Amino acid sequence: MTEVYASSVIGAPADQVWAAIRNFNGLPSWHPAIAESRIEGGAPADQVGCVRAFRLKDGGFIREKLLALSDYDFACTYSILESPMGVENYIATLKLSPITDGGRTFAEWSAEFDCAPERADELTDLIGNNVFQGGFDALKGRFGG
Amino acid sequence: MVAVRRSTVIDAPISAVWDVLRDFNGHESWHPAVRRSDLEDGRRTDQIGAVRNFSLESGDRIRERLLSLSDKDKRLRYCIVDADVPLQNYVAEIALKPVTDGNRTFWSWTSTFGTPKGRENELAKLVAEGVYEAGFDAVRQRVERVGRPAAPAIRNGASLPGTAMVIDRHGGPEELHARPVDALPPGPGQVRLRQTAIGVNFIDVYCRSGYFDLLNPPGAPGMEAAGVVESIGPDVRHLKPGQRVGYACPPVGAYASVRTMDAHLVFPLPDFLDDRQAAAILLKGISAEFLLHRVHPVREGETVLVYAPAGGVGQLLCRWANRLGATVIGATSSEDKARIARAAGAHHVILPGRDSLEKQVRDLTQGRGADVIYDAVGRDTFDHSVAALANCGHLVSFGQASGDIGPRDIGALASRSVTLSRPNYGHYTDTPQKLSAITGRLFDALRNGILRVEIGRTLPLSAAATAHRALEDRETTGATILIPDDLYEKG
Repeated sequence: MTEVYASSVIGAPADQVWAAIRNFNGLPSWHPAIAESRIEGGAPADQVGCVRAFRLKDGGFIREKLLALSDYDFACTYSILESPMGVENYIATLKLSPITDGGRTFAEWSAEFDCAPERADELTDLIGNNVFQGGFDALKGRFGG
Repeated sequence: MVAVRRSTVIDAPISAVWDVLRDFNGHESWHPAVRRSDLEDGRRTDQIGAVRNFSLESGDRIRERLLSLSDKDKRLRYCIVDADVPLQNYVAEIALKPVTDGNRTFWSWTSTFGTPKGRENELAKLVAEGVYEAGFDAVRQRVERVGRPAAPAIRNGASLPGTAMVIDRHGGPEELHARPVDALPPGPGQVRLRQTAIGVNFIDVYCRSGYFDLLNPPGAPGMEAAGVVESIGPDVRHLKPGQRVGYACPPVGAYASVRTMDAHLVFPLPDFLDDRQAAAILLKGISAEFLLHRVHPVREGETVLVYAPAGGVGQLLCRWANRLGATVIGATSSEDKARIARAAGAHHVILPGRDSLEKQVRDLTQGRGADVIYDAVGRDTFDHSVAALANCGHLVSFGQASGDIGPRDIGALASRSVTLSRPNYGHYTDTPQKLSAITGRLFDALRNGILRVEIGRTLPLSAAATAHRALEDRETTGATILIPDDLYEKG
């Protein structure tokens, strides 16, 4: 099992950041790597169990299933059903916590997955830096940080 | 039942913060409310079940038991066993998480407890502010990297002493005060500078006041400076000791006479540009370069609208866009500023009048509108900017002097097939390659006289507060620079 963890500070209150990211079908609106997204079967994007199918700007196609969504904890957990990355049993969580000192947000994004051992470093870098930190950088660009 | 939750970010690695907090008997050495702490029954400080006996500065006593401690999760819980303060069934948790982006620490301190009826708010405030927030500040003083006053620091012979203008909390100009600092020997990829001139920018005011989240006190503001390389760390090849250099970038901390920082952000200065000129022009000139050449490459014959054309960046945009062959329109608020804008190269200047900004722009462009608009005003101008664009025009929104722009309907952008850019300085300047391309063109423009450096005020570093007041009162024209006091006294 390989684990990836990235965290950052976003310069806006957690409810505002959550409003920008809670839409499971909304990645293209804030994540720079995502070109387009849809929810399969016309399900609501906040229905636990729904599947988002999205395309990366580099052309890659990914399907992910919403496993848990909490407006109370500002957290979202999902698994990968299909992707070009070569990962198995991939489960990730994106979670926000208020920083009461200054009205900012502590954002954490973590994942665990199985992969071929020789690819663990490459995938850790790809997921930790491009996907997770890339998303944080976009949020910091939008909200400050 | 009352629940209290407080959290902060400490600018130090998680291990340094955990070292302080995991000592269950250590509060007397850092928490201002605790006069004395004793562990009962000779137990160890990390022994689950240990009871600490606090004597508080208020004279009250509290006994607390350690319920759990995890070095893996960097988390501990404890409860009150008995206390002079009426907190009932009090259970608290201290938890740390790493902020991987910047090697900092997120610290949350939470609890639930009961109180006598009617005293909920009073006791919640006592816990939140008197215990948790006071604790945050105390630990911050102890472990943060910049401006550690208390730590009788690791003063090895190789550190370089100097002075910085730091703030201990966000606030007005009066928060800026001088403090001795030691610039550590440069590590791998780092350089240590003796700074000779420091640029003052409006963003420094935002950092000081806390409007921007670039400076977590204690620390020094400042984004740009010039100076001399004092020494270099391993793996630094593009700089050598004795070389004249400059930089203009986050992280903040330029208000200092000495500084150790990442070498890849630092570049050599050309001979024709002296240190004071460099400190006055780098940040604004780099901004103008990427706005006019990278965000929107301005071409001959285009119409360019510049807001605040008499400001530092505004004048550079007018002058440079004019030389690129564009028709330059400045939008400003007074005839005095209009004169400055015209002198800087604006072909037309529009002032608030009977007609809207968009109408005036269309009147000047035979109804076409502007091809590109550089808008750092933000909230008050955004909609006017969209309306003043030519079809397929480009709105470059690079600031918000009038306030956050807030949500906008992107459908409205279809009225002109608008391209919208929201450039972030850091993304254009984060590698030596990008920086050298930008500074190369900037230095050429300065050498050829396309751009000029205008220094308005030169002050000693210790007068940074004066410089901030003048900026905030809009008293300045031209750039303000600060000179480390020993050099300033020598003239």
